[in-house]
Amino acid sequence: MNILTGNDLKTGAVIWWDGSGWSLHVNDAAAVGDEAAGIIATEQAARRVNGAYLIEAEAAPEGIRPGHIKERIRALGPTVRLDLSLKPADPAAGNWVI
Amino acid sequence: MYVYDHYDQQMVDTRVAEFRDQTRRRIEGTLSEENFRPLRLQNGLYLQLHAYMLRVAVPYGTLSGAQMRMLGDIADKYDRGYGHFTTRQNIQYNWIKLEEAPDILADLATVEMHAIQTSGNCIRNTTSDQFAGATPDEVVDPRPYGELIRQWSTFHPEFLTLPRKFKIAIIASETDRAAMRLHDIGINLVKNEAGELGAAFYVGGGMGRTPMIAPLIRDFVPLDQFITYAEACLRVYNRYGRRDNKYKARIKILVHELGAAEYTRQVEAEFAHLLTLQNTAGNIEPPLAELERIKAYFADPAFESGLSDSLDLANADFAKWVATNTAPHKVPGYAIVSISCKPVGGIPGDATADQIRLMADLGRDLSFDELRVTHTQNIVLPHVKKADLFGLWSKLVAADLATANIDQIGDIIACPGLDYCSLANARSIPVAQKISQAFASNGKGEKLGELKLKISGCIIACGHHHAGHIGILGVDRKGTENYQLSLGGSEGADCSLGTITGPGFDEDGIVGAVEKATDVYLANKQGEERFLDTYRRIGMAPFKDAIYAKEPVNG
Ligand code: SF4
Repeated sequence: MNILTGNDLKTGAVIWWDGSGWSLHVNDAAAVGDEAAGIIATEQAARRVNGAYLIEAEAAPEGIRPGHIKERIRALGPTVRLDLSLKPADPAAGNWVI
Repeated sequence: MYVYDHYDQQMVDTRVAEFRDQTRRRIEGTLSEENFRPLRLQNGLYLQLHAYMLRVAVPYGTLSGAQMRMLGDIADKYDRGYGHFTTRQNIQYNWIKLEEAPDILADLATVEMHAIQTSGNCIRNTTSDQFAGATPDEVVDPRPYGELIRQWSTFHPEFLTLPRKFKIAIIASETDRAAMRLHDIGINLVKNEAGELGAAFYVGGGMGRTPMIAPLIRDFVPLDQFITYAEACLRVYNRYGRRDNKYKARIKILVHELGAAEYTRQVEAEFAHLLTLQNTAGNIEPPLAELERIKAYFADPAFESGLSDSLDLANADFAKWVATNTAPHKVPGYAIVSISCKPVGGIPGDATADQIRLMADLGRDLSFDELRVTHTQNIVLPHVKKADLFGLWSKLVAADLATANIDQIGDIIACPGLDYCSLANARSIPVAQKISQAFASNGKGEKLGELKLKISGCIIACGHHHAGHIGILGVDRKGTENYQLSLGGSEGADCSLGTITGPGFDEDGIVGAVEKATDVYLANKQGEERFLDTYRRIGMAPFKDAIYAKEPVNG
């Protein structure tokens, strides 16, 4: 599947297009097709996202898994500071990115 | 330390006001990202993997206690309680909000700091020897000349859009602690036979995709002409540096393609032309009076005389720290202290807001209000009385800042890598952490003595891997992280570039390979040889054999 990501313009936070708005959690991401370019144009013009782009991901049983390690680290947070990641309570969260 | 005059302060304050207005317009939508991006980059604000990242300038690595304290306060107030000291002798914050960035710059301006020249194709902040003004082995304190370069290069109208970024390092001793020859211009202040000071110019060094050691192009430029000479070096580059190909745009490629002799000839011709303008309005050399004005700010602090050099080394941990983390000072009874930001298993160069403020206070109270950031991602207190060392060490121990490992294998340079950097191919920090832990637990770290290990997460080489006695480069191998090992690099006076051992490794494999390389050193070491010396004597083959040896198959 293809999903859309970018950064929140004001805070810089990594965000994912969930079909009607933007979420901090990759698991909320919605598959997009031909409408992607239109969504990017509208959302950037409305300054709800900065630098949006399309990535490949896989709908795995445990959730959505971006295809590239860089996107998985974006989705989680720094693996060396899991306390600042989106899974601060899971000491093994870093394994997910590999 | 240099203190801003009216002009300096006004330039910085004006810049803050401009950026506040630009940021407001971006958020309101009257500036597009395309138009805003170069403006935010000119103020050190990058968009990184998880958020905006702000890189704050620390010209020639020198800070006052109040400036360092501000860096700690910013980490608390605007970031997540920590900052990252980098190989550019500056600090980066990883979790900045665009809407708060102008406030951070305004706070910085109150202590004469900014984020100018930390990005873009301009002359970046000048780096220098972290022991400047304190070490006995320098011919002169290089920092006033670094400050002169700062004043000349900041907003230099001709050099704001160079073909690529441009880095200058300035030192004044034979012991190169600033990787001088791996910069676009490396300047070594020297004395000639008549005892006069001048500047030796090395041009066209750099790391990155095509690492080069800068050749010497002029061994002595009189100090009342050295800005003019730098201008000539830049002019030739600005005119002929390649703008068609980003990967060939650094001055090292120009110098390499023209040949050092031809590049030098062109610089000398430009220099001769500039000298004809010396007594006209076209003169760009600052008057010597300005240099004298600057120099006055870098006069020695009020050192006490007649102090004893003796130290009570009864405490073994203290004695070990003194041996590794202090260096001789030019004044009897004083020492230069390196505070390691590399605790075992820690993140190289990271410091918490509390640690930064503690170091600020220690610098204020025990080092004449001066601190330095090193390119090895540590902090230096340049002027500490030996009588104060034990008290200082005790405070550092309590703050986890007393790891005794300077220039040893635990003192790893690691760039942020794929944990933070959007250009990265692989993570650097976890590799650094594993190596640091492995050598702390097997007890070999100390036995190895001086061993500089440097890790970059991509070929841009912010982690100086080419110059590591052991260098590690993260690469992307079909979507998985892979690490190339190189041996034999050095950033010092014996500058050399590392050689790749062979096929790369995964994260655990690279730790094993480093262990094997150090075993080869220990088995072959003669006398006082460092790892680098042994490698240079015996060559790559024995290392390669050990690193790639097949494990014997049992049964
Ligand atoms: S070397 Fe590469 S990965 Fe590391 S900080 Fe520099 S650009 Fe990022």
